[in-house]
Amino acid sequence: MSTQQFPTETWTPANFLERVIAATPGESRLEMCIQCGTCGGSCPSGDDMDNTPRQIFAMIRAGMEEEVLASNTPWYCVSCYYCAIRCPQEVHIPDIMYTLKNMAIAQDRYVDSVAPDWSQTFVDYVENYGRSFEFGLATRHFLRHRPSGLRDTAQMGLGLLTKGRMDLSPQKIEQMPQLQAILNRAKEVEATL
Amino acid sequence: MTKYLFYPGCSMQRSARPYLDSLMAIQQDIGWELEEIEDWNCCGATEYISVSRLPAYALNGRNLALAAQQANGVNTVLAGCSACYLNLAKTDRYMQKDGRLNAQVNEALAAGGLHYDPGTVKIRHLLDVIVHKVGLEAVKRKVVRPLTGLRVAPYYGCMVVRPDPENRFGSPEYPTILDELMKALGAEVVDFPVKTHCCGGHMTQISAPVAYELIRRLLYAADQYQADIMVTLCPMCQLNLDAYQDDANKHFHTNYHMPIVYFTQLMGLAFGRDPLELGLGKEFVNTAPALAKIGVEVPEEPATARPRARRDDPSLPMPQPLLKK
Repeated sequence: MSTQQFPTETWTPANFLERVIAATPGESRLEMCIQCGTCGGSCPSGDDMDNTPRQIFAMIRAGMEEEVLASNTPWYCVSCYYCAIRCPQEVHIPDIMYTLKNMAIAQDRYVDSVAPDWSQTFVDYVENYGRSFEFGLATRHFLRHRPSGLRDTAQMGLGLLTKGRMDLSPQKIEQMPQLQAILNRAKEVEATL
Repeated sequence: MTKYLFYPGCSMQRSARPYLDSLMAIQQDIGWELEEIEDWNCCGATEYISVSRLPAYALNGRNLALAAQQANGVNTVLAGCSACYLNLAKTDRYMQKDGRLNAQVNEALAAGGLHYDPGTVKIRHLLDVIVHKVGLEAVKRKVVRPLTGLRVAPYYGCMVVRPDPENRFGSPEYPTILDELMKALGAEVVDFPVKTHCCGGHMTQISAPVAYELIRRLLYAADQYQADIMVTLCPMCQLNLDAYQDDANKHFHTNYHMPIVYFTQLMGLAFGRDPLELGLGKEFVNTAPALAKIGVEVPEEPATARPRARRDDPSLPMPQPLLKK
């Protein structure tokens, strides 16, 4: 089954639907959605989403950009790919969710900051050390968002520490300037898209 | 000896250290020689790509480029973590399929003096290569301490078996290769109905009750099927099911004690290796009662201060911070 091919070099997206498609690497197939709802029915966190994925796709088509980007739906996607393999139209749903998260951050439209902050904190460690750093990530996140839960988290952290499953200082890769140059260039290129 | 490039990933270095230790212990037994990709960086998990797309692909592009440089005839890269495996494989596949993405990633890589031609290296998961390359017969021949009588719930999680465009695992919803591997080790394998359901992923950090419910479903099923132990192939699954089992129990007033280990650890035990060498004993949920069934004594953890029993939170109920900043 082939999908609609957009002339990517010259094509300028005209509306929200086309912008989401253009911004999604690979082949999103979002325009192929037939609104069957298999995605929401397969979703482990669907019950806790503001909108099911099917609703989100209908809202994208209706041009409801503000509502879509304020929805918690993409942030509650756990990237389990159940929807992706069950979708009869082979829409790449997790990839579309990533695109929506990027747009929500870029336009500052998300409502609940817990998930975006978690992602951003993760990114900060990767951009400074080249590796993720569980101890710093958990500590920073909990101090900011769930200080009352810090005691429980600290207990688990202590458990990981005594079991030799956590380090107190981050590891840094050797070629950090190289990685930063690559990431900075990628950001510049992305800004022109 | 078959040589492979190896991408350990951040978790295997830390919270999933027992996964790495057990893999290193058994690599000789299965005739492997693993060569770590030099100066690899984080794959970004599901977080980097949530913030920005192209840098996330470039992040993985650097690892692929480094692997291709180091390849020297060995063009298969093995990964153990689900997220690492998927991110590396997906970047390679999307760069092959999407010429624009390929050009953009290579433009970014050029800033660091690197280049990657998609398809140069093949990304495969440990389990896939153990079952399909090493083979179950070869595994069986190495077994000196069969896991007879140990009821194992095989848990695959999400991102290794899905989307799996090359169909390496047989089924994205009900694969059986881990079942077969465990049977080859002599274990009694339960027909685990939720074997590819989600462990909660990062929801433990974002909305814990959502994660607890997903953890509960897995523990409930393993318990109903009278499994002694659950075996995983992903650091995130192990962490969520093991370290958060207590929290999920508290949340639902349940009392599950389901030990969670890596498949490489059970392979090591069946190959007669020492539990200490396999990183056993570092779990939150004690594995000793389950492993006693196969005559393995898990060493006691060195005496550390026992975490005090938690009281219910005495503070007044406060709303969770909903609005940003």
